Amino acid sequence: METAQQLDKRSLGNNDAAKDKAIKEQDTMTQDTPYPEQTVGSPYVDDPKMRLRDVEVFYAENQAIHGVSLDIGKNEVVSLIGPSGCGKSTFLRCLNRMNDTIDICRVKGDLRLEDQDLYDPKLDVVELRARVGMVFQKPNPFPKSIYDNVAYGPRIHGLANKKYDLDEIVENSLQKAGLWNEVKDRLHSPGTGLSGGQQQRLCIARTIAVSPEVVLMDEPCSALDPIATAKIEELISELSESYTIAIVTHSMQQAARVSHRTAYFHLGRLIEMNDTDTVFTKPEHDLTEAYITGRFG
Amino acid sequence: MDRMHFGEHSSTQFNEALESIRNNLMEMGGLVEKQVVDALQALLHADSDLAQKVLDTEDKVDKLEMLIDEECTRVLALRQPAASDLRLIIAVTKAVSDLERIGDESAKIARMGQQLAEEGESPRGYVEVRHIGNHVRNMLRDTLDAFARFDAKKALAVAAEDNEVDLEYRSAMRSLVTFMMEDPRSITRVLNIIWSLRALERIGDHARNIGEQVIYLVEGKDVRHITVDEIEAKLKK
Repeated sequence: METAQQLDKRSLGNNDAAKDKAIKEQDTMTQDTPYPEQTVGSPYVDDPKMRLRDVEVFYAENQAIHGVSLDIGKNEVVSLIGPSGCGKSTFLRCLNRMNDTIDICRVKGDLRLEDQDLYDPKLDVVELRARVGMVFQKPNPFPKSIYDNVAYGPRIHGLANKKYDLDEIVENSLQKAGLWNEVKDRLHSPGTGLSGGQQQRLCIARTIAVSPEVVLMDEPCSALDPIATAKIEELISELSESYTIAIVTHSMQQAARVSHRTAYFHLGRLIEMNDTDTVFTKPEHDLTEAYITGRFG
Repeated sequence: MDRMHFGEHSSTQFNEALESIRNNLMEMGGLVEKQVVDALQALLHADSDLAQKVLDTEDKVDKLEMLIDEECTRVLALRQPAASDLRLIIAVTKAVSDLERIGDESAKIARMGQQLAEEGESPRGYVEVRHIGNHVRNMLRDTLDAFARFDAKKALAVAAEDNEVDLEYRSAMRSLVTFMMEDPRSITRVLNIIWSLRALERIGDHARNIGEQVIYLVEGKDVRHITVDEIEAKLKK
């Protein structure tokens, strides 16, 4: 409570001393404003696609995520926002066990994709990642042809037995990723020869080629120009008709544009999760407000 | 008013832009308030010079309106404000158009004052003008105050006052209409008073509108087109 009063005083102070103090305090504001005991807003939905409870992540002794609980609904686009180092990417990577690749990383909590426990030791991780696909920050096509990039997943998962079926999957995926018209005449040239935006759409096509249920996106547009970004954003809203999407983004405008619900992370905690409209017009928690309006971070 | 910290952005330019918008809004509010006060004086004391002063201020008010709108447009384009910043910009753009209209209404009152100074005073209605005028003036002052301090409670009080002004206006109309029926020779002059009362009543409405914008700014709730009781209920939710 004391900190809230300090903030009030600060907003009223007009003299220079108060301003200096405000500037000093601004740096420490993240520590001054108390965390909510529970996540503010509505982190849960009925009949979720992914149900995540009390998620804690440790890197060796350091705790990166502190008891985060939220739901991701079916065909919902959820965006995770927050300042650098707040744990949003770490959290996202728990959802298809990408953190398994880091030795010192430990994940605790109850994470479920429908009824499937994601951290069930008997679970085949490769299969899980076919159900929960991921698109990364930097486009990372394989050093193969455009066709083989998309066909790679269906092949290893045995989704297509005949060449004809595979052709169809490749075409469909490229169509869905909005890339087909641009590459249909050069399917056998290398994927790395495409522009950055095209490469990222190729990676999306590769991800959806194995018909995942959930697509995770870790800052998918941060390396792209505004037009390529607009195309990906358009794609996200189209994809949400068939897939459930969780997206980590540094661009708040992007979160505002593409997502149905927005989760605000701060120093490893989920501060607030609400309808995107609410978060961007009338956030409930002070920390969300401060971040959204650019007062720190 | 717990979260209105408009001077604390990481970007000092953004801070300055918002600060400038607020300062200009307050300057415009001050000018318009003075217009209302002067227009009332001009009418009550048949003071043509003072009335002229009110009319001359209009130009300044219009220019401020355009300046503030331009500043707001620039912030929207360059900063993509969100949350309280966004609500501030939206509330300001709406408040300036209400302020400009209040300026127009006071110009009307000033013109009525000039006509009455030329044609001779109205035999009736000055008591009502003074009474409603004072009421409306206080509303305008309070609503600007509420905007400056982000005080939603005070803004709500302004909305409640507007209901009283509406009642007073209706009762004044009834008595003036009765008077005109009894003394048709006075109709032209009494009509001038009636137009002025109408203008005052409109100013009250605009003050209420600004108050509603303050509530939107502070509470994030749209309280237009509902009764005061409904506003109160909505704020409690």
